[in-house]
Amino acid sequence: MSTASVASSARAPITHDSLPAWGPWAVVGGVLLAAVALGSATEVALGVLLLLGVVLSVGVVYVWSRAVEGSRRAKDRSVTIAVTASFLLAIAPLVSVLYTVLSRGLARFDAPFFTETARNVVGEGGGASHAIVGTLVITGVATLASVPIGIMAAIYLHEYGSGRLKKALTFFVDVMTGIPSIVAGLFAVALFVLFFGPGIRLGVMGAVALSVLMIPIVVRSTEEMLKIVPDGLREASYALGVPKWRTIVKVVLPTALAGIITGVMVAVARVIGETAPLLITTGVFSSMNSNPFDGRMSNLPVFAFNQYKFPGAIPEPYIDRAWAAALTLIVIVMTLSLAARLIYRRFGTDIR
Amino acid sequence: MSSAKSVEVSDLDLYYGSFHAVQNVNMTIQPNKVTALIGSSGCGKSTFLRSLNRMHELVHGARVEGSVILEGQDIYAPDVDPVAVRSQVGMVFQQPNPFPTMSIYENVAAGLRLNSRRMKKPAMDEIVERSLRGANLWEEVKNRLERAGSGLSGGQQQRLCIARAIAVEPEVLLMDEPCSALDPVATLAIEELIRELKVNYTIVIVTHNMQQASRASDITGFFNLEESGKPGRLVEIDETETIFSNPANKATEDYVTGRFG
Ligand SMILES: Nc1ncnc2c1ncn2[C@@H]1O[C@H](COP(=O)(O)OP(=O)(O)OP(=O)(O)O)[C@@H](O)[C@H]1O
Ligand SMILES: [Mg+2]
Repeated sequence: MSTASVASSARAPITHDSLPAWGPWAVVGGVLLAAVALGSATEVALGVLLLLGVVLSVGVVYVWSRAVEGSRRAKDRSVTIAVTASFLLAIAPLVSVLYTVLSRGLARFDAPFFTETARNVVGEGGGASHAIVGTLVITGVATLASVPIGIMAAIYLHEYGSGRLKKALTFFVDVMTGIPSIVAGLFAVALFVLFFGPGIRLGVMGAVALSVLMIPIVVRSTEEMLKIVPDGLREASYALGVPKWRTIVKVVLPTALAGIITGVMVAVARVIGETAPLLITTGVFSSMNSNPFDGRMSNLPVFAFNQYKFPGAIPEPYIDRAWAAALTLIVIVMTLSLAARLIYRRFGTDIR
Repeated sequence: MSSAKSVEVSDLDLYYGSFHAVQNVNMTIQPNKVTALIGSSGCGKSTFLRSLNRMHELVHGARVEGSVILEGQDIYAPDVDPVAVRSQVGMVFQQPNPFPTMSIYENVAAGLRLNSRRMKKPAMDEIVERSLRGANLWEEVKNRLERAGSGLSGGQQQRLCIARAIAVEPEVLLMDEPCSALDPVATLAIEELIRELKVNYTIVIVTHNMQQASRASDITGFFNLEESGKPGRLVEIDETETIFSNPANKATEDYVTGRFG
């Protein structure tokens, strides 16, 4: 008797009532509209009201759904709303930044900006071609230096290293990841001053500073990618009589290639906008210089900083150029990501 | 064509760190025969198999004592290069593992290409076709050799792995439960293939499938472990007929008749 009743009473029926499909969204919409109305009527900040509104609608939907559908569906619905709201909150700054940069950067995003330099420019006009070239050269040199070093370090750490040395190296890579960028810049300055004396400014110094920032990112991401290459592939290769180093070069690296490229792109995007280390290593320069080994070299972040920091008598043209430089940086990063993706589409394969 | 070789295993002990996995194995693996290894899970069949082409030592801390003599040469002698051993003793794994970045053609050619043996295209084509025919896969894939190897069905992938293994013309072919991920039809196809392959190769196959052992093998070895934590041992090895009809050991009889655990 008792065992039979457990089965029959504890089982929930498999059908149940449910809220109308528009129900939860109507609640959220209503509450948020009310928040906007309240925000325009009173002094309270709109953001705070919207946030409170989301919390309130999560609560309302939970209570309503629980009454109609039971607690599991209620949890599902309230968590759905909370997760969606968090997502929107997370991308809000991104959208806002993009919007601001676009709306203010487009004013000077014109042909002269890409063909002229800032040489002898006072007031309106001029361009940032020298800074664009500088950014591409400095970041390019930094990438050329740090990608091989980073990938080889990751290969050592994951495929060969063991014991104390591996632990120590992993620790140092972690520490390097956290280095403030100005410290990387100071390191490059100190290093070059040793050889060339004080006051030295070179494009390649900036590249060295950026490499210090890039290497740990490349090491970390490459190591993660090597970890997800199945051991079965390595063993299959060994069982064919292929030596370990060839297995790594011909089997492991190609399998992990997509992830490694993505990691490199992340590293490039991370350093291409660095200002502080470049300010003290490459200096400020308003003419074209594409040779990283020959004196000062301009670049977009420093250019933007300088235009903004030292505007002329009429500041608008300077501020406009600063925003256009920021927009150019974003476009460069997006183009590089797209290019990497296309290259990967063309030549890469998925791990599974 | 490669020539099959015999393998003489004497006083072989295998360890993972301090864990003694397999104890005192002595057996002779005869050329051009299929030797099946059976036994309950965890008794060390895979461990033993991997010691025959020096894959065991790839596990961190793993050790080998004793000798494995491949046609007169101890593969554990100090001056032996494990990489060279592995190109003579091929292996097919339980899970099909074609290289995901390579096409069907490249997978079969992998053993030669990865060792950077320079080879003219027609010669390579011929080896690829011969290996795929040898693995009974040629007819199914001959029109899509440039497609990804990972796009094949599980059974086809396993035959691709067999083709890849025989493309380097090993003398001995080790197979660790090659059919455990396959359906009965694909399993029969691979058993058929194993019988054909023994004309050219010495084959050692680990299996949990008694019918498979009795159908496909000439010699059967039974591994057992007295209790968990103890090392596994080779209890008995004999003609497959004898093992399945009239084994010398009580434990073997219990196992092959299914009266075990
Ligand atoms: N990489 C390893 N490190 C440590 N111990 C291991 C490792 N691989 C296997 N072992 C241990 O060695 C013993 C034998 O394992 P092995 O894989 O050889 O068994 P098996 O007979 O192949 O079993 P199955 O039939 O389930 O595949 C087991 O006790 C196992 O836990
Ligand atoms: Mg096994």
